[in-house]
Amino acid sequence: MPVVEYREALRQAMEEEMLRDPDVFLMGEEVGFYNGAYKVSKGMLEKFGDKRIIDSPITECGFAGLGVGAAMVGMRPIIEFMTWNFSLVAIDQIVNHAAKIRQMSGGQFNCPVTFRGPGGAAHQLAAQHSSAFESYYAHIPGLKVVMPANPKDAKGLLKSSIRDENPVCFIEGETMYSDKGEIPDGEYTIPLGVGEIKREGTDCTIIGWSKMVNIGLAAAEILATQGINAEVLDPRTIRPLDEDLIVASVKKTGRCVILEEGYPFAGVGAEIAYRISQRCFDDLDHPVARLTSMDVSAPYHRQVENSIRPTPEKAADLVKKVLYLG
Amino acid sequence: MQAQEKLNLLKYYRQMLGIRRLEEAAAKAYSQQKIGGFLHLYIGQEAIAAGAVGATEHGDYFLTSYRDHGLAYAKGTSARACMAELFGKETGCSKGLGGSMHFFDKPNNFLGGWGIVGAHMPLAVGTAFASKYRGDGRVTLCFYGDGAVSQGAAHEAMSLASLWKLPIVFICENNMYSMGTPLSRTMSVEDASQKALAYGLERDRFEGNDVLLVRDRLAVAVKRAREESRPSVIEIRCYRYRGHSMSDPGLYRTKDEVEEYKRKDCLLIAERHLAGYGIGPEDLKAIDDEVKNEIEDAVTFADESGHLPAERLPDFNYVD
Repeated sequence: MPVVEYREALRQAMEEEMLRDPDVFLMGEEVGFYNGAYKVSKGMLEKFGDKRIIDSPITECGFAGLGVGAAMVGMRPIIEFMTWNFSLVAIDQIVNHAAKIRQMSGGQFNCPVTFRGPGGAAHQLAAQHSSAFESYYAHIPGLKVVMPANPKDAKGLLKSSIRDENPVCFIEGETMYSDKGEIPDGEYTIPLGVGEIKREGTDCTIIGWSKMVNIGLAAAEILATQGINAEVLDPRTIRPLDEDLIVASVKKTGRCVILEEGYPFAGVGAEIAYRISQRCFDDLDHPVARLTSMDVSAPYHRQVENSIRPTPEKAADLVKKVLYLG
Repeated sequence: MQAQEKLNLLKYYRQMLGIRRLEEAAAKAYSQQKIGGFLHLYIGQEAIAAGAVGATEHGDYFLTSYRDHGLAYAKGTSARACMAELFGKETGCSKGLGGSMHFFDKPNNFLGGWGIVGAHMPLAVGTAFASKYRGDGRVTLCFYGDGAVSQGAAHEAMSLASLWKLPIVFICENNMYSMGTPLSRTMSVEDASQKALAYGLERDRFEGNDVLLVRDRLAVAVKRAREESRPSVIEIRCYRYRGHSMSDPGLYRTKDEVEEYKRKDCLLIAERHLAGYGIGPEDLKAIDDEVKNEIEDAVTFADESGHLPAERLPDFNYVD
């Protein structure tokens, strides 16, 4: 199986879908001549030309809305936000337009647009460039929210997202673009709404998505040296959530620790914890625990910023806590 | 030519009268609580809808804000589908799910019906982008009000349309009041067509109560979009006789002002044109009766239709 970088897996997905379907185009800031702010779209302008790889001015509301309108009449736009922090300039187009077109029109129009770009924090980018906004979009009926944690998932999920007839918020991990991983040979897709057990275990379910998957896997390694066998579950799609996979895992292990990069209040983890409390109440040996970033805007100083984020050590400690092991 | 123009005029007159009576019936139904929420009437602005449809082809896309009934009706949505939508019935053009502000009609290329002021304008740029990408020859007409001119989305839309030379006509239906606030208090430059200068676009500006003039002047911009793929910014000065919506008591303008504009009513002007073609009061009465029947039928139809139950709503979240 080929080994590729996360960014290349995304590029393969876009290129394959663009070859397959002439109605797919990519639009965003620096996607063409600059080869992409994070080099995800490197080489695509040369391959597909400027009719289909379109450099946009800095006008998120404008080009996001353009994508929504083009999708309404049957095109299949990929709209890139340089980061999801900037998506807030366009949030009205996503939430009040893309998500609601189908219902408002009585089913006449749908909106097969894929909004994609990196979400969450990188390093020392400070308050306005470091937020994890998946909970904002996961809140909205009519949207799908997808967050791949490795190259295999990135390619398979992006292909499915582009083919999906609904608006998809595809949130990548800014610090994961250079991560390498095996991907299947040849054509493959991964369905939306289906999670994956990244590591089988028996003692506790660690739920994490995007960057938190690797944090969870590293925590599981630490715990393994202490004789604790943790299961790591990656929902992969936040909305619609693979609730059955989560319930089956928590029923098996009896404990759950959720790892979330975002702010704690009304985060995705809160929704997952609620659902577990509804369906696994009698199976839980400890309340669902949650490790998020500190409830503050991201600071600039390197060590201070690192100290507010989930880490494998903090995650392992929390798993031991729910096992009443100190 | 003359014979065709006479037929055109009769068609436009019928459309404008249809809108007028539809809106009057909607106002009445609202007071009977058959229609709820917001209701923004197009009364007084009818010539813009009829003129715009007269200047375009069936395949051209129309997008507008929430004052959408007149444009949808002129574009081809039946009175029945309009009234049923207003009453929230399943037989409405949006299956009763949208209501007054969200008329959609795919077969007639009426693409909404939008509630966030100015926010539909980037969508219109998107449909124009799709047309150019496909080379399908369609033009997008994007209607908005004087209130929308200040919105960021309006500028982003014009900026992109100009940069990428898209087949779109931006049409500001300037009825000179944003809800209760007059132009002088919302726009530093009251000529909304001047926004074209900022983006290197062609522009035009005229009064909107003569349907023939509206049609002919819009036809220039439509031709520019279709043949040269160049956008235009058009300001059409008009007037709404009723308030911004049903809950607006209209305290911000005088009765004299409203009466002054009614003397320039688009139906009166069209009747004068028609007289020149030998269409007299008896012919007009026949049209009036026909429209009366059409609208009464629409109200009955809407009254007798059922509505979608809540259990069906989740079906509309996603296409499977």
